[in-house]
Amino acid sequence: MTAPVLRLAGITKRFGTLVANDNISLELHGGEILALLGENGAGKSTLVSILFGHYTADEGHIEAFGQPLPPGNPKAALAAGIGMVHQHFTLADNLSVLDNVMLGSEALWQPFSRRGAARDKLLEVARRFGLPVAPDAKVGSLSVGERQRVEILKALYRGARILILDEPTAVLTPQESEALFDTLGQMVAEGLSIIFISHKLGEVLRVSKRVAVLRGGKLVAEAPAAGTTQAQLAQWMVGHAVSAPQRRPAPSVGEAVCTLKDVSTAGGGRNRLEHVSLTLHAGEIVTIAGVSGNGQLALADLLCGTRAASQGTVSFLGQPLQASPARLVTQGVARIPEDRHAVGVVGDLSVWENAVSERLRSPAFSRALWIKRRAAQAHAAHIVRAFDVRGGGPQSPARSLSGGNMQKLILGRALVAPTLFATRNALPPEEAIFPRGGPSEKSGLAESAAAAQAPKLIIAHQPTWGLDIGAVAYVQQQLISARDAGAAVLVISDDLDEVMTLGDRVAVMHAGQLTEALPAEAWTREAIGLAMAGIPSVRAEPVEALADPSTSSGRTAKADGSRAGESSPP
Amino acid sequence: MRLEKRTQTSRWALVLAPIGAVAFTLLVSSLLVLWAGAPLGQTYGLLFKGGFGSVFALSETLTRAIPLILTGLAATVAFKARLFNIGAEGQLYAGALAAVAVGGLHGGEAFALAPGLLFVLMLLAAALAGALLLLGPALLKARLGVDEVVTTLLLNFIMLLFVSLMLDGPMKDPAAMGWPQSVALLGELELSKLVPQTRIHTGLLWAVGLSVVLWALLKYTVPGFDIRATGASAGAAAFAGVPVTRTVVLVALLSGGLAGLAGAIEVAGRTSYVTLDMSPGYGYTGIVIAMLAALNPLGVLAAGVFVAGVLVGADSMSRVIGVPTYIADVLVAASLISVLVATLLTQYRVVFRGKAA
Repeated sequence: MTAPVLRLAGITKRFGTLVANDNISLELHGGEILALLGENGAGKSTLVSILFGHYTADEGHIEAFGQPLPPGNPKAALAAGIGMVHQHFTLADNLSVLDNVMLGSEALWQPFSRRGAARDKLLEVARRFGLPVAPDAKVGSLSVGERQRVEILKALYRGARILILDEPTAVLTPQESEALFDTLGQMVAEGLSIIFISHKLGEVLRVSKRVAVLRGGKLVAEAPAAGTTQAQLAQWMVGHAVSAPQRRPAPSVGEAVCTLKDVSTAGGGRNRLEHVSLTLHAGEIVTIAGVSGNGQLALADLLCGTRAASQGTVSFLGQPLQASPARLVTQGVARIPEDRHAVGVVGDLSVWENAVSERLRSPAFSRALWIKRRAAQAHAAHIVRAFDVRGGGPQSPARSLSGGNMQKLILGRALVAPTLFATRNALPPEEAIFPRGGPSEKSGLAESAAAAQAPKLIIAHQPTWGLDIGAVAYVQQQLISARDAGAAVLVISDDLDEVMTLGDRVAVMHAGQLTEALPAEAWTREAIGLAMAGIPSVRAEPVEALADPSTSSGRTAKADGSRAGESSPP
Repeated sequence: MRLEKRTQTSRWALVLAPIGAVAFTLLVSSLLVLWAGAPLGQTYGLLFKGGFGSVFALSETLTRAIPLILTGLAATVAFKARLFNIGAEGQLYAGALAAVAVGGLHGGEAFALAPGLLFVLMLLAAALAGALLLLGPALLKARLGVDEVVTTLLLNFIMLLFVSLMLDGPMKDPAAMGWPQSVALLGELELSKLVPQTRIHTGLLWAVGLSVVLWALLKYTVPGFDIRATGASAGAAAFAGVPVTRTVVLVALLSGGLAGLAGAIEVAGRTSYVTLDMSPGYGYTGIVIAMLAALNPLGVLAAGVFVAGVLVGADSMSRVIGVPTYIADVLVAASLISVLVATLLTQYRVVFRGKAA
């Protein structure tokens, strides 16, 4: 084997007592794609930041092409031929592709910009690596996949021989991801080396030659991709065997709980709804796929009561839905927002205050504007216990919780209504109100109260985004349990695996428009991908599949009468 | 050089931070005292004695602390909700004018009311005047996103000109022999003295009482939660069902009202009439006090007395050894900066990074 183009030797980085990178040694060979895998907080970003010179390692050193790389110097990393494509693009929307590529690569004292030469070089690079591009197009007018191409070209234009891609498929449709993988193959054939950072196991095995897995700052495994299974990778990432929730059909689908008819929202640029219709039934999960930024936030805001429709009607339990979060919560809407840090919790306030913030105005937790601190804290303690929220006590600020624990807190707040007991003045001992084991074990009066107050509609926007595998399984299981208990559940996600795992019916969102919600079995991944890209022709295909299961591509479309009837075209 | 967030704060840092802050404050002001050519020990000794060293000194300090505590509370409640009210100075004058309008104009005979009732009416009018002055900027911010720092700050100058207009016009005291001052408040409406032979008045009880009320409001009530949640994260507060716009309006009424009361209590307790120099920047100093108190209403009491003591002490010290009273402003400013920096350093550490070759 050839000498490594990049060698990390014994890299250690500490933040206080936290060891973010613990003696990591890693080699990257010429013409190789190395996948760097790990959960949030495993140390991937820190390692890449050290490599690129944003951080200085406490111990260890880096060699690029046999030469030592000076620490803490991004310019040296660039000069050594290391290029980085960030997950969040660093492009100026109002400039052309050529301007963006040239930006920062020309000397300040050069009197004239050499655009002609730059254009020739850009087109040459684009041709060599098979990345077609229009140099004069404004970046703002490009699709997400095209912007990513510009980012990659920018790195190649500067002579990158080693390319680091941070979660490159997070914003792409399945088809765009496939195109990216082809490009990567071509780049490797041209002699480039690539570090591919991801947490999606399937694509890691699909695209890379070798896989390195980080966990808790340590390099726990390094293996050739060929012959490694997803289960094996997951076990390395988490440290123990993982069982993801299995898809199982809804036990019984009930009445319509929430209906959107021809709903549009105003403003918000790309984030708006255009003539969206959707019906959510009790006892089913409807998932919405789509590249984020296509109106999902508008839909979530609308159903969470923080945005009003400009056209069309939204009804909940037969009444018009009111744009008031407090009212929706009392009526039985459980809401899980996309941005748990900025919207889900008030980070500076305590865990217990956040646990009751949605229902603070109910008689259970306040009387004549005075907060019933004992009842509120008891309810918070119950949520913390029933949903296993760890880290920090009830008095510590919510921002001190990890992402997973914060999400459990939000989930508990949304799903657990205060019981009748808590609304009375005389408080029985805590255990009597909240028997261990959570709502399912309640009995007698408490049970009927809980049943009366169980959420009727659950709106979950990206409920597992950024969570580790264990927390993902937990959150998904809770949503399935709530469905089985009779709630109508809407899950908006840009993770296609989640969409397919959870959804009884699936709809796809693009540019503010929503496809029909069809049974999950009626969709192929390819069809969803095309719908995510806004290509309308495929909308007919799933319907055909329903009408005649034998013609669909090897799939059997199981649909009971009511749902099949509903999903046929009007 | 850059800041890195500390993963945990050591106990030593929490102890050393305030000590370091005091040391830095003394260092900065000592340099200026030495520059003025005065002996250090004597200067500080006189300053302390002038502020806290005798019954008289203490009484003067507490008298000065009354408006400072009230404007400090006004800044505290506003800043808690991230409504940056820089206009307490103008609101204080609005309250003072309203107090005299109700309790002094036409010799107070316009309303034939019992003094007790008139007193309540006077305070209400003062609070309302301050509150209304802040309501405009608050609504502009909530509805149109207009920066309240600019609007409240500029309103201060408008208010001062308005006061000047009033003192030379409708509210002019005919017996003042041309001095720009308003008619005096009715004698019955003046606050009684707390300690005989001193200037401390019952306004101190109002200041202490309102501190406790505001503390309890913020900590134990639903509107208090709304205020804290709105300030910490308006987006998350709105998602949880907090009526954010209504909360901003409430905060404006509270903050402006407190500043207006500061004006009324200053008139009723100390000056008896409104002049153009009745407030040496109490509204602005209130912001410093609120920050020193880390936006804790009970802390405002301590911070208010501290700042008042430094101001009073510096006056007395400069009369004796000729160090300008501006040293008080330096002390207060340096203490604010060093407390803020020390608090920052308990949460972040400074990382020096040499330029890599």
